[in-house]
Amino acid sequence: MVTSKSYKLSFIILIIVLIILFFANVSLGSISIPFNTVFNSLTGSADNYIILNYRLPKAITAILVGSGLGISGLLMQTLFRNPLAGPFVLGITSGASLGVALVIMGSSVLGGFFATLLISKWSLVISASLGSFLVLLTVLIVSSRVRDTMAILIIGLMFGSITAAVVSVLSYFSSAEELQQYIFWGFGSLGDLQWNELKIFALIYSVGLLFSIASIKALNTLLLGENYAKSLGLNIKQSRLIIIIATSLLAGTITAFAGPIAFIGLAIPHLTRQVFNTSNHKILLPAVFLFGAIIMLICDSIAQLPNTDYTLPINAITSLIGAPVVVWLLVRKKKMVF
Amino acid sequence: MTKETKNIILETKNLSIGYKSKKTENTIASNINIALKQGELIALVGANGIGKSTLLRTLTNVQPKLNGAIAINAKPLQDYAQVELAKVLSLVLTETVSSKNLSVFELVALGRQPYTNWVGNLSKNDIDIVNKAIAQTNIEGLKHKKCFELSDGQLQKVMVARALAQDTSLIILDEPTTHLDMYHKAYILKLLQKLAKETGKTILFSSHEIDLAIQLCDNLIVMSHNSCMQNTPEQLINQGAFNTLFPNDLIVFDQTTKSFRVKK
Repeated sequence: MVTSKSYKLSFIILIIVLIILFFANVSLGSISIPFNTVFNSLTGSADNYIILNYRLPKAITAILVGSGLGISGLLMQTLFRNPLAGPFVLGITSGASLGVALVIMGSSVLGGFFATLLISKWSLVISASLGSFLVLLTVLIVSSRVRDTMAILIIGLMFGSITAAVVSVLSYFSSAEELQQYIFWGFGSLGDLQWNELKIFALIYSVGLLFSIASIKALNTLLLGENYAKSLGLNIKQSRLIIIIATSLLAGTITAFAGPIAFIGLAIPHLTRQVFNTSNHKILLPAVFLFGAIIMLICDSIAQLPNTDYTLPINAITSLIGAPVVVWLLVRKKKMVF
Repeated sequence: MTKETKNIILETKNLSIGYKSKKTENTIASNINIALKQGELIALVGANGIGKSTLLRTLTNVQPKLNGAIAINAKPLQDYAQVELAKVLSLVLTETVSSKNLSVFELVALGRQPYTNWVGNLSKNDIDIVNKAIAQTNIEGLKHKKCFELSDGQLQKVMVARALAQDTSLIILDEPTTHLDMYHKAYILKLLQKLAKETGKTILFSSHEIDLAIQLCDNLIVMSHNSCMQNTPEQLINQGAFNTLFPNDLIVFDQTTKSFRVKK
């Protein structure tokens, strides 16, 4: 579109900000590492254990999580024509929570099979993936029987309620220790990933990203409403499926590897629309990617409280920092852009 | 007769329309025989609930027909693939667009979607066609405005421009004059008349503005309880088609002024 030229400068600024924040994020932590040491390790001329095995994977995870959640939020908001939609409206988080709750708390209630599972990082990842996949599959099967896209939104919310209820029942019967472990998972965490886990995460993330890029044209057509989109030759059911698959791959793996991270998916698209003031997804998608990554890096840097041994729950920081920003933007512009 | 030599764009034969569920078939209208020719402006009129919307939905392949045949450019409607149909038939619907944050140019440019590549990039040719559509509908001044800044009348012109940009031989509009004041009703219909003449496109619209339609259209399709007639306005008046259109307790059709009058 003709408008894309005027956004070039904004994109260049965002990319520079992202790079600076990436270095800052790697440099800050319980021990501050000087910038030149960070630079040397990243370029391979020096070997710093903390940077290569701890800080770098965490910074990359932050970028993947922030951009992935932002993009899946954008996809859902356009598909459902609803500014309150986020990556988790399809029941992905609730499914993941259910899977994790079953592994952590299910042993005391159900015994047997679940008790034999080791509560390791991988068992949580696998149970979260399985849980979100099963819930999503059910939502997909049910929604293929409905014509109205809005019905999918409600079906997703209903499944969320059902799984939340099951988790409540499980928590009621579990010990304080198990409960605490479950709550800790719910805080979300960016720092737990090893390189081999990160590789799998990045691979699935990339597939999701490709699906999102492939639906840019469909998303723009959907801005006119479904009936107009149909009259323009868009295959609604197929596009809807691709958009849902993209969202579930992105949001599903993120939840599996980093926990249910709130707020980012809902807020980043709004933040981006306020700054870029366009509905064109060819602009919005890369912009949401950059904003998501930037905000997540900032939140992570704050969460690990530089120069202390404390790490705050990332989930609390995203809302604590992000919500006032969105409120401020909306009040300042006095107009909701959607 | 010069008209007979013109190409027929859309034609129906013994078409019946309505709703079909597993057990019952609810026929709303049957025995519909219409032919829309190239470059004509045609209005579809009739009382509320008579089946105008159902007919338009059937002609645009939104809902299936019950019986009979529909052909666009001599090819049966059901044989068109979705993208193929989007290149011969464009719509202006009563519903408003989902995102009012689109600029006028962006919205009109979305009419080029059936022709653009996988990511929707506009070629030089696409941009030319979009600009031409904007010029033909006299909305150059609005080009860079956002849709939420427009009045209903302006937005309707933009939607017509979008349909033009889709570059189809047939444009179908569902009640394009609703919510508009008297001046803008006349303006939009006059614009449609001009477009049909200048671009050679066939334009069919449903409307309750019978008085205006009689003055501006080449043809009218009049739907009533047991018939569906298509003819020139003069012929229809002579046939008395408008006399039985509504219950005659409140308004009557005046043959001399060619308009409806409230009974005294």
